[in-house]
Amino acid sequence: MSEEGDAGSITDWPTYGWSGPQKEKYFLSEMKRLTQLHRQACPAYDKIVGKIDFLSQDMISLETIPFIPVRLFKLQKLLSVSKEEIIKTMTSSGTSGQAVSQIFLDKQTSALQVKVLARIMADVIGSKRLPMLVIDCKATVSDRLRFSARTAGILGFSMFGRQVEYALDDDMTLNLERVEKFVSKHAGQPILVFGFTFMVWQHLVRTLEESGQKINLEGAILIHGGGWKKLISDAVDPQEYKERIKSVLNIKKVHNYYGMVEQTGSIFMECEYGHLHASAWSDVIIRDSRDFSVCKDGQTGLVQLLSVIPHSYPGHSILSEDIGRVLGRDDCPCQRKGTYFAIEGRLENAEIRGCSDTFNG
Amino acid sequence: MNNKEKYDQAFIESFSVEADALNENLTYQSIAEWDSVGHMGLIAALEDAFDIMMDTEDIIEFGSYTIGIDIMKKYKVEI
Repeated sequence: MSEEGDAGSITDWPTYGWSGPQKEKYFLSEMKRLTQLHRQACPAYDKIVGKIDFLSQDMISLETIPFIPVRLFKLQKLLSVSKEEIIKTMTSSGTSGQAVSQIFLDKQTSALQVKVLARIMADVIGSKRLPMLVIDCKATVSDRLRFSARTAGILGFSMFGRQVEYALDDDMTLNLERVEKFVSKHAGQPILVFGFTFMVWQHLVRTLEESGQKINLEGAILIHGGGWKKLISDAVDPQEYKERIKSVLNIKKVHNYYGMVEQTGSIFMECEYGHLHASAWSDVIIRDSRDFSVCKDGQTGLVQLLSVIPHSYPGHSILSEDIGRVLGRDDCPCQRKGTYFAIEGRLENAEIRGCSDTFNG
Repeated sequence: MNNKEKYDQAFIESFSVEADALNENLTYQSIAEWDSVGHMGLIAALEDAFDIMMDTEDIIEFGSYTIGIDIMKKYKVEI
């Protein structure tokens, strides 16, 4: 099998160095290879894809690569390797009673996840590990039986930190004393602050605002992800989120990331201009929610995510329930090449019917 | 403690294993304790024991007891 060799070269791809045709050449051939691999190895996937009959189009472009709804991972156990090869099962963080996604990882997929994530992170924080403050409690990572997306996120990012400290106690209250101690210990150095979008908001920003206290984390880089769903009731948009973080924490470098547990590793990182960027290892396609046709750039629709990471389960091309729009390609003022886009919400909250222009209403 | 003893001690304490388990068969994911949680614990223990700071790349490559001995050389630690 040549898979090991292919995976090895994939991790050498330039993170944001490829523009359109160059990217498509390598990325499309890997997408085709993965589609064929999963059709051969996962009968359930083959059945679904065969039924929809995508392949009459012969995968001549990224848009003709078959995709499956992300919801499917909640309904079915989809795997492309034997059970003996599974080293870890990841689950999405669904609320109790809700069905959760189950993602099965083998050694190769797990290794690709960390290597790709390392490349994407190096672009933001550099190659040196930074003192790291996690806006969560230690109990989240101690419970190995429930390996949730939150656990995976914290552990995955901990590789880029050192002297990792947790800002919250196990009852999710902010331990200001511990945080202050950490800050003064690493004064004058860049610090990596990591947390989930909602956790940072609720347990750090709101807590500090309510108590009228501030923490000076000047020079820190905050990386947060996990989605804005829980912030809707507070009516906070990304711009206000950043401003309020700056006012209580004095952090100026704030990067949101977008990604799914189904494609752990190949996350989409926000640049200094507030745009989410596809890397060499991922891409997005925006589709009409009625007939799944491809939307024009700038139009809003369902987000399809593509990733070269999934080898042990057929998650390389999935249709999410998020809505978003492509902002541009290869021409972001931050100089990164590739597709850049914005996420605008979830399908259940959106009143969209088909591709819709942002400025027409 | 010499370097070998310190190195072994980091594994024994991080994974609650006996000294006779420390050989080329001890690899990432070969025992339940050496999962991604245990891995970061091991790295922290080694960094404390030898007063070093490993690169992310080496943390990723640190896939077994034996590979680790080679990686330690990069940090001027002879096991």
